Amino acid sequence: MDRKSLQNKIATWSSEVEFSAAPVLADEAAGVKASPGTQFLEIIIKPNQLLEFAEKLRNDEEMQFNFMFSLTCVDFADHFMMVYHLRSIELEHELVLKVKIEDKDKPVVETLCHIWRTAEYLEREVYDLFGVVFTNHPDLRRILLDDDWKGYPLRKDYVDSINIISL
Amino acid sequence: MYNFSSLTNSIHESLSASLSPVMVTVVEWSIIGIVLITFVALSVMGMVYIERKVAAFFQQRIGPNRVGKWGLLQTLADFLKLLMKEHIMARSADKFLFNLAPFIMVIAAFLAIGAIPFALGLHVMDINIGVFYISAVSSIGVLGILIGGWAGNNKYSLIGALRSGAQIISYEISALLSLLVIVVLAGDLQLSAIIESQADGWWIFKGHIPVFIAFVIFLIAGTAETNRGPFDMAEAESELTAGFHTEYSGIKFAMFFLAEYVNLFIIAAVGATVFLGGWMPFHIGNWEAFNSIMDYIPPILWFFGKTGFIIGLIMWFKWTFPRLRIDQLLVLEWKYLLPINLVNLLVVAFIAMMGWYF
Amino acid sequence: MIAEEAIKEGIKTQEYFINMGPQHPSTHGVLRLMLELDGEIIKKVIPHIGYVHRSIEKMCEKDTYRQIVHVTDRMDYLSNHMNNEAVCLLVENALEIGVSERVKVIRTIMSELTRLSSHQLWWGVMGMDLGALTSFLYGFRDREIINDIFEETCGARLTMNYNTPGGVMFDIHPNFQKRVKDFIAHFKTKLPEYDDLLSDNVIFRNRTEGIGILSKEDAISYGITGPTGRASGFSNDIRKHKPYSAYDRVDFKEILMETGDTYSRYKARMLEMWESMSIIEQLIDNIPEGEIQSSAVKAVIKLPKGEFFQSVETARGELGVYVVSDGTKSPYRIKFRSPGFSNLFVLDHIAKGYKIADLVAMMSTIDIVVPDIDR
Repeated sequence: MDRKSLQNKIATWSSEVEFSAAPVLADEAAGVKASPGTQFLEIIIKPNQLLEFAEKLRNDEEMQFNFMFSLTCVDFADHFMMVYHLRSIELEHELVLKVKIEDKDKPVVETLCHIWRTAEYLEREVYDLFGVVFTNHPDLRRILLDDDWKGYPLRKDYVDSINIISL
Repeated sequence: MYNFSSLTNSIHESLSASLSPVMVTVVEWSIIGIVLITFVALSVMGMVYIERKVAAFFQQRIGPNRVGKWGLLQTLADFLKLLMKEHIMARSADKFLFNLAPFIMVIAAFLAIGAIPFALGLHVMDINIGVFYISAVSSIGVLGILIGGWAGNNKYSLIGALRSGAQIISYEISALLSLLVIVVLAGDLQLSAIIESQADGWWIFKGHIPVFIAFVIFLIAGTAETNRGPFDMAEAESELTAGFHTEYSGIKFAMFFLAEYVNLFIIAAVGATVFLGGWMPFHIGNWEAFNSIMDYIPPILWFFGKTGFIIGLIMWFKWTFPRLRIDQLLVLEWKYLLPINLVNLLVVAFIAMMGWYF
Repeated sequence: MIAEEAIKEGIKTQEYFINMGPQHPSTHGVLRLMLELDGEIIKKVIPHIGYVHRSIEKMCEKDTYRQIVHVTDRMDYLSNHMNNEAVCLLVENALEIGVSERVKVIRTIMSELTRLSSHQLWWGVMGMDLGALTSFLYGFRDREIINDIFEETCGARLTMNYNTPGGVMFDIHPNFQKRVKDFIAHFKTKLPEYDDLLSDNVIFRNRTEGIGILSKEDAISYGITGPTGRASGFSNDIRKHKPYSAYDRVDFKEILMETGDTYSRYKARMLEMWESMSIIEQLIDNIPEGEIQSSAVKAVIKLPKGEFFQSVETARGELGVYVVSDGTKSPYRIKFRSPGFSNLFVLDHIAKGYKIADLVAMMSTIDIVVPDIDR
């Protein structure tokens, strides 16, 4: 499916979904629509919609996004943005699913590891580096850093006076 | 052919002339001990050097070439290095057994080497159950591996030791059964008698296809018994880091290493003696002229030539084949080699009974 | 007494844990696998990573885009050129500048040479993991020639940093074409030798065939890309699906296997080497003239605001670079989707029920490079 029909189809699922390139920083206006630099169709949803959307995207006959080729998180000034890059192998279309987590103190989002198995470890990495908690995750532990590491290094407010040399 | 028993007899007589019988025995055994240890040390060093050069040849590189002329002293240098290394032992290791294991390995290897005839009359003891004796004492070595693997209190060692136990117990059967083929043909367990029976041609030529099959099985089983690639389950450095000797360092590691090479030599020497005529020159039936020309080459050269040939074959396997998996290894023994061997033995018994060999 | 109890109640066995790594010959670096074993049979594989974690993503948030190119060499050091290329392509696409045809062709040739050298090293190490020590030296012997070609053109053998945003660092050496052609002619005689030594060996076949089967669905779900995934029939070659550089004009097959066992993963890489050689042969004789560095790229690169994603096919699979730019000279957030990370974690799934020796073979065919996993 092309972008337009994908967008139309997804728009029927929920009225709350935004189609856009994410605002880069908090000072950018929230209502920015698809910017020219965007490679993929991007949809922004709320955390409570994630599971429903993910299952639909994975299982819908016209979607079949069966390959998650990237899962990451971005720390913006006032929210976390979970970014899921999805691709359908059979139908050869791509989509970026974004989840805006407004609560910066306790970022919580549903795990997707039963839908895309690769998510299990990518989510552990995000938990390790950003502190985003994935509910229902089977084995949520730190993956790259030591178990007793304090803080979440890829957050913008992380300060490590010993190991990180700021330029 | 020069008979070494004249030399040994003259030594014995000159000693008896001046010493009491007890002292004669003591002196003679000391001489044998010194000669054997020197021989083993030199031959192991030689084999390690050759192995390195063979490996280098297979792998298109040069091999040791810095210490001494053509790197000849490299092994000696490595040995000295190992000698000076610290003995490291895990605190939880069983100290007595940990220290005992390398000695068991070495003792088993030395016991076996005593029965091997190097040339006419040149052997420590020519017992009338030579083949049986060698099989028996060389299987003591597995005790060293089991004890060493267990005593180090390391899981890798333990897996390696248990693998090795399963492997050696299995392949011992094949090795002995393939030797039995020749025992049936020669009608004797004594190694010197087996060699004498090959005066008109080696068994591998006289004994038709069954003996050749037995020889191949012996090579496979022998390689497996010495824990060398492709059957180096016990070490398997890509799986078990170093297998049963993971915890050993310094000279104790060197002793395992020494035992491995002595075992290699023994397997090759037994194979050469039983299948290829030992020190017996290459004789063809009743071609008297040809046989007498062959007799000009000294027996000791024949022996070491044949042993070297088999060692070369075994090294060739090691540097060519990937390693088997432990279950495949046991399947190969119990489902293929053992039945083939039993049938083979039956066929040979029939051949021997009817006198259908040359 | 104990024996009597054992007879009465049956022999009790206990599963135990063993630590494979961080210091272990076949983990190819500082990877630690906790194995839950029943005798020698694997019940569970728990990978522990992070021993060479350098937080490259955090580091890059302070680096300029030119510096980031250099950092990527240190991730998958065997696919260094492709890693560089990913960042360079991302910057070029974001700035919407093109590079000359000459640069595209040179990059493609270099990428394929890097892929060849990576696969050669993999082949050598694969043999060694299975206990065939000779293959290691054979692989390295032929890899040496490629390294020499790299050295002649860009001065480095491993961390080449040959790509820069907008082009390549230097023009190719005058000998380059001749030496590459010589190498291809040489390697065409050596690759059948590789097959003779391992592929057709009966022990090797027994060790690899039917072992560690990964189905296509699982490969997709676990995100297994590269030859590892293609061996399961998962068509994921970025060079085919989203051609970059000069891949759109060369004719090559995407190697797809069906069974997904250890042997097909092995075979996929072996066949891929032939394809790489065919790509190089198609390009080496007609490298177009042109500038090697685009003048449109300024000394200080500032990407426009927005998000950018670039995938390239490294020797291990799909490397994705995801950049969130706030318009300054450093990325606001950069994420490397490294192929090794996803590929590693399939081990638990495919190794269950097999033996330690099989696990080593599987690890080898997944072709892990630990710095790529840890980043």
